Amino acid sequence: MRDFIANHVRDIPRSGIRDFFEVVQSMSDVISLGIGEPDFATPWHIREAAIFSLEKGRTGYTSNLGLPRLRQAIASHLAARHDLTYDPKSEVLIAVGVSEAIDLALRAIINPGDEILYHEPCYVSYNPSITLAHGIPVAVSTREEEGFSLTAEALRASITPRSKALLLNFPTNPTGAVLEGAELEKISRLCIEHDLLVLTDEIYCEIRYDGRAHTSIASLPGMRERTVYLNGFSKAYAMTGFRIGYACAPVALTEAMMKVHQYAILCAPITAQEAAVEAIEHGAAPVEAMRREYELRRNYIVSAFADLGIPCNLPGGAFYVFPRVGVTGMTSRDFALGLLEQKKVAVVPGTAFGPCGEGYVRCSYATALPQIKKAMIRIGDFLEEQGVRPNSPLAAAMPA
Amino acid sequence: MDPLLQLLRRNALAPREDIARQLGIGVDEVAARIATLEREGRILGYQAIVDPEQVANGEVTAVIEVKITPERDGGFDRLASRIARFDQVTGCYLMSGGYDLLVFVEGENLREVARFVAERLSTIEGVLSTATHFRLKTYKENGTLLQAEPTPARLQVSP
Repeated sequence: MRDFIANHVRDIPRSGIRDFFEVVQSMSDVISLGIGEPDFATPWHIREAAIFSLEKGRTGYTSNLGLPRLRQAIASHLAARHDLTYDPKSEVLIAVGVSEAIDLALRAIINPGDEILYHEPCYVSYNPSITLAHGIPVAVSTREEEGFSLTAEALRASITPRSKALLLNFPTNPTGAVLEGAELEKISRLCIEHDLLVLTDEIYCEIRYDGRAHTSIASLPGMRERTVYLNGFSKAYAMTGFRIGYACAPVALTEAMMKVHQYAILCAPITAQEAAVEAIEHGAAPVEAMRREYELRRNYIVSAFADLGIPCNLPGGAFYVFPRVGVTGMTSRDFALGLLEQKKVAVVPGTAFGPCGEGYVRCSYATALPQIKKAMIRIGDFLEEQGVRPNSPLAAAMPA
Repeated sequence: MDPLLQLLRRNALAPREDIARQLGIGVDEVAARIATLEREGRILGYQAIVDPEQVANGEVTAVIEVKITPERDGGFDRLASRIARFDQVTGCYLMSGGYDLLVFVEGENLREVARFVAERLSTIEGVLSTATHFRLKTYKENGTLLQAEPTPARLQVSP
């Protein structure tokens, strides 16, 4: 019998996170800083709307693009909050999470051999999704010195005649990086200059800190016609399990994505769509309350790493920090495994997010403060016991 | 509301170092700000939130709707403060709607509270009427749920 698995699928490596997940599963009483979803249940008014919709018997298919009411609500929200104008009738598509929306966009635009640029360290699905759509992933490294934000200079160096599109994710999972101001404008002009399409995954845009507002690249001059705007409900509204997101793009692009979506999925689940209507129409206050909570925890965890002598950028958004544990001399994987086995604290090795993540780990602070506090104390103990705490008397006594 | 006040309202015993880290300021500044809030009277005191359901000896809490005659040159204030001064009164508020003052009273038992209302409260000149309601069961006290909702289980590692 021959091997039935397609080559391009077989060649996709096993997820770094998946391996780690299996180790964590085999242990009990682990404090996990490795969770990429909010620790809040979906606000009750949203759950209640979903329950009500089921009680009313709303269980049939919706139109392929999604409930008109939801598309309208999204269009109004984006216009009011992010200065983006999309026609709800033809330029908004409701998908099964931003995950599906990204897949739709890639499958809709990639001709075999097209290069798709993206910045690393990044979300685990970007590279494989590009490969699955028969594109060529081109990673652009970002650096701690620049807050892991993308620079026009780094991007320019990676553009070739085969470059088709740029996939952006700001605020970023796993680094919490943001892209704004002059650099954002430079990148937009570069995309125009090289006629690139931009796919912008803005799932964390509501989780911004220090009083700063998020600017979408889609709202910059000359960008609307060449951007697929991707956003959803998972992070801001704590609706990860509902699996609901959306793509907004000019008509032709939306049409193309719709072709893929209608045959692969038909429509996003109606209950999730009904819940999303409630979220986007009435969810602002709980979103802000959760954002404030994340900000307090962010301040706590960054300050705790500073005290341990582990360099850690202050992230501008999302709910992750990306400390440079490599100052201990350990690799990301050794640090993460050692910490897990000896102190029962789970963090994700930075290499799960790209090779330039070596020397870093991702710590999620989407978890209650007492847990974060305990975890940081255990990390301190771990460093002490390994004799690698950078500013400890033990480390100072070691030969360099 | 001031983020520091919000944190103290949640847990006044939170270590000052934790508060400092969360607010991104120094421990000394936390102490200074708290001292100022206390001095200005914005923080009136610190009290343990005790579970009312676990009362030992049948203590009761009542909520009384009081109608009073507002006075010239004083409005409701004089009467309200006269009522509020009783030890049994744990809360006293001027309210909009069908009555004037909402008064919380705690007593050793039902009869004692009833006696307080009949003999001390209703007899005050200017009190027109009272409507007494006895609290039967507490679900949430001072922002704290008595039966905490279990945090939903999540996958321990997720991208």
